Amino acid sequence: MEHIVIIGNGISGVTAARHIRKLSDKRITIISAETDHFFSRTALMYIYMGHMTYENTKPYEDWFWKKNRIELKKGYVKKIETESKTLHFAQGDTLQYDKLVIASGSKPNKFGWPGQDLKGVQGLYTKQDVDQLEIDAPNNKVCKRAVIVGGGLIGIELAEMLNSRNIPVTFLVRESSFWNSVLPEGESQMINRHIKSHHIDLRLSSNLKEIKSDENGNAKSVIVEETGEEIPCNLVGLTAGVSPSIDFLKDSNIETDKGVKVNKYLETNITDVYAIGDCAEQQEPVNNRRPVEAVWYTGRMMGEVLAQTICGNKMPYNPSHWFNSAKFMDIEFQTYGWVYGEKDRPDYEKHFHWKHEDDTKCITVAYHKDTEEFLGINTFGIRMKHETFEQWLNEKRNVDYVVNNLKKANFDPEFYEHYEKEILATYENEYAST
Amino acid sequence: MNTPQPSMSLTKPEAFDLTTKQRLFTAIGLIGLLILVLAAFNVNFPYQPIVLTVALVMLSLGIILFANDLYLGKHAGIKNDGVMFKSISSRGLWAWLSGLALTGFYIVLYFEAAWLGLGQDGAENTGLVALFDPFSRLLNGGPASQWFVYGVLYTIAILAFGYKFLLKYRHNRYERLRTYSVMFFQLGFAFLIPEFMARLNSDSFSLPYYDLKNIWPLNYYNFHEYRVDSFINAGDIGLALLIFGILSIFVITPILTYKYGKRWYCSWVCGCGGLAETSGDSFRHLSDKRQFAWKIERWVVHSVVVFVVLMTTAVVYSYLGDDSSKYWLSKNTFLIGVATLLTIVFAWVMIFKRNQLAKDAKYGAIGYFVIILVLFGMHYFNGSNLFLFKAGTLRQTYGFLIGAIFSGVIGTGFYPIFGNRVWCRFGCPMAAILGFQQRLFSKFRITTNGGQCISCGNCSTYCEMGIDVRAYAQKGENIIRSSCVGCGICSAVCPRGVLKLENDSMKGRINSNDILLGNDVNLMDLVNQK
Repeated sequence: MEHIVIIGNGISGVTAARHIRKLSDKRITIISAETDHFFSRTALMYIYMGHMTYENTKPYEDWFWKKNRIELKKGYVKKIETESKTLHFAQGDTLQYDKLVIASGSKPNKFGWPGQDLKGVQGLYTKQDVDQLEIDAPNNKVCKRAVIVGGGLIGIELAEMLNSRNIPVTFLVRESSFWNSVLPEGESQMINRHIKSHHIDLRLSSNLKEIKSDENGNAKSVIVEETGEEIPCNLVGLTAGVSPSIDFLKDSNIETDKGVKVNKYLETNITDVYAIGDCAEQQEPVNNRRPVEAVWYTGRMMGEVLAQTICGNKMPYNPSHWFNSAKFMDIEFQTYGWVYGEKDRPDYEKHFHWKHEDDTKCITVAYHKDTEEFLGINTFGIRMKHETFEQWLNEKRNVDYVVNNLKKANFDPEFYEHYEKEILATYENEYAST
Repeated sequence: MNTPQPSMSLTKPEAFDLTTKQRLFTAIGLIGLLILVLAAFNVNFPYQPIVLTVALVMLSLGIILFANDLYLGKHAGIKNDGVMFKSISSRGLWAWLSGLALTGFYIVLYFEAAWLGLGQDGAENTGLVALFDPFSRLLNGGPASQWFVYGVLYTIAILAFGYKFLLKYRHNRYERLRTYSVMFFQLGFAFLIPEFMARLNSDSFSLPYYDLKNIWPLNYYNFHEYRVDSFINAGDIGLALLIFGILSIFVITPILTYKYGKRWYCSWVCGCGGLAETSGDSFRHLSDKRQFAWKIERWVVHSVVVFVVLMTTAVVYSYLGDDSSKYWLSKNTFLIGVATLLTIVFAWVMIFKRNQLAKDAKYGAIGYFVIILVLFGMHYFNGSNLFLFKAGTLRQTYGFLIGAIFSGVIGTGFYPIFGNRVWCRFGCPMAAILGFQQRLFSKFRITTNGGQCISCGNCSTYCEMGIDVRAYAQKGENIIRSSCVGCGICSAVCPRGVLKLENDSMKGRINSNDILLGNDVNLMDLVNQK
């Protein structure tokens, strides 16, 4: 019986395993050094905040794996011999595979900052990171201030987490406005204000120069590059993005660059070795997508596709329209299609922006300036339907149609106030004046 | 099992301790409670009306001020910080203490009301019940009973904790309206109207205590002889109430459940639901999410339905005269009617809906149906007691096991340990009947939003009915479950806007996707069409 071995028990690896099981009788083994069972990484923040226990973050009960004949092995793969198809574990044992799926995920970026490996300096990615945070920042007596470096999705999650325990937070963001490498200006500014309204000390255009150590090797302060200011703190969160976690592949024949290089079939340069999820780097990205997509959904989709290929129905990774979501403290965010921030915006892309007066809801509709074709939407504080936008993007609707029919896309709970009329009025007003 | 780490452990983060103000407000509430406890222990207070008012006001005020301090200083939004660490909501010491206290209270309430001071054999009330006498006289003209005391405390619990819930979910209009609704129905329908109705009673005219929103089989006693007699003796009004009681379950309930799902009752109207959603809100995450618990739930709750049907049939049958002088319905007509109704429902399900039943549900349905008919048959051919036991025995057993122990002692007493909907989930026959229809014949569903689920588990964690909502959401599958009471919390706590409670057409209501929206269109077609 063919033995499929999957390195990594995150959403990509587990999705692949589940679908391979649905399609075949192959022997399946999932390896992880992190946890015994699959859990939802995106829910780690809720463990620290006390919304959920670790048990609650597991999407499947523990009996699920045995019932579906998916073997789980706890261990850290140190080395891969592709000629003999052998995995070597840090504990010294080995495992043979017929087909290997690398789904080892990401690790937090560190850019060689002085002091980045001190005690009290950490990222937020693994279960161990949350356990460590519980030790280093249990309350505001032990952790009198925390400094977060890097203004992305994980940075703001960490800020929200620490805030839930009343630990003062200084938030160093390299960009001139929060996440404006991705978000258009109006949205980014709104999130700036929302962060500050939670009494978080948001420092824009601020880089980390150095983390200072006390006599015991603990972080005691950070120095800001631009101002030279020293900010005393007990915890430093490094959240300046993530990159593929592929150090264990260094000595193998598997080709890597930023991540594990794969073709559109998610195949590496070595036969019977595949890579999916955060750690995969596409040689030919689809549409406007990035070569490395470190997003829950893309990991899941790659797992779904690869299972087909492994079970004899060879399929390329060819995802449909881009979508994503996040939550910035109390403000939910969803995006469908492409909406670019200032930096990467193509010349042809124009925006219609509407913001509610309460400063917690806004939308941005991107469209082509010549053809007026609808390109994508960002929505904050208003839930919208994935299915509807998928359809409108397929049908190549124009911006007029989208703004006039927004009600069809609304997914807010029953009895919620609707804003479509207000949005349309703003749109018509702007359209009339140009 | 989703066991929160008990906060008796040393690692509990102090960050989630109560603030000084919150301790003060807790103390105010507890002093209010203490006054009532002292009264129960026969401390005689002078100026009873004033003392009672002070006690009840302090009780309410403690809760209200606590809620203000907890929520008003923060942004509107999801407020579950520290739930899994706080002693009271994580099966810690406070949870066990309050669970024991509540359970003890229910046992005394149901079985030893004399301990609360209920006057025996026409004697004057003493203690706690006596403290409520002036208030009772004000409302209904008579002295208080243990049920009056319970009704007042129950109503205050729903109103005060309802206020807390309103603040907690002040950004969510669905939750707000729903909470106003349960507060209104408790105060008006369950408490004030029956008290005022009692005031209308005289020697020549008497209506039974009737909470109009309480529907058979939840009020399993509604068609017992003493009630039916007093309905009939009360003339047109009584007869109207009796007919309303019958219409409630056979006409009004099916229509509303078809249109809105069982939520119209369970989380908008029902008193048990009202208490669970307000006072019980802090314990909703304690429900057991295991598939094993779901299996037990299905057998237990449907067995209660069978029990209540048998019991009610037997009781009604026992007092129907063979002649038509008093009741126009004869024993045999009644039995044939019940059997016909059961057969119609059974046949409809087996003919039109059998594909939607799991294997155990089919076995269960057939099994129960056969048992009921055999019992009917045994009666016809042997003339023995209907259903082997005397009607009175069935009635008493049901009242004791289901009415008192299950719904009260376990259902509410164990809120801090098993969660706030144990009764609704495992015991309530009304919920089971509504759920049966909701699953098979209703426009209600919880819709999922394409591929947006991140499997975080907030929905499942905070589902008070123990439904593994995430299991559906991560498959892009609508949630259509008998037990769903439509509280809407899964949708509220979802950080990615994935869940929405909706009423829409029956067609395509149940769906399942192996590959979610957002992936390769060909792949989605290939896999999901199968």
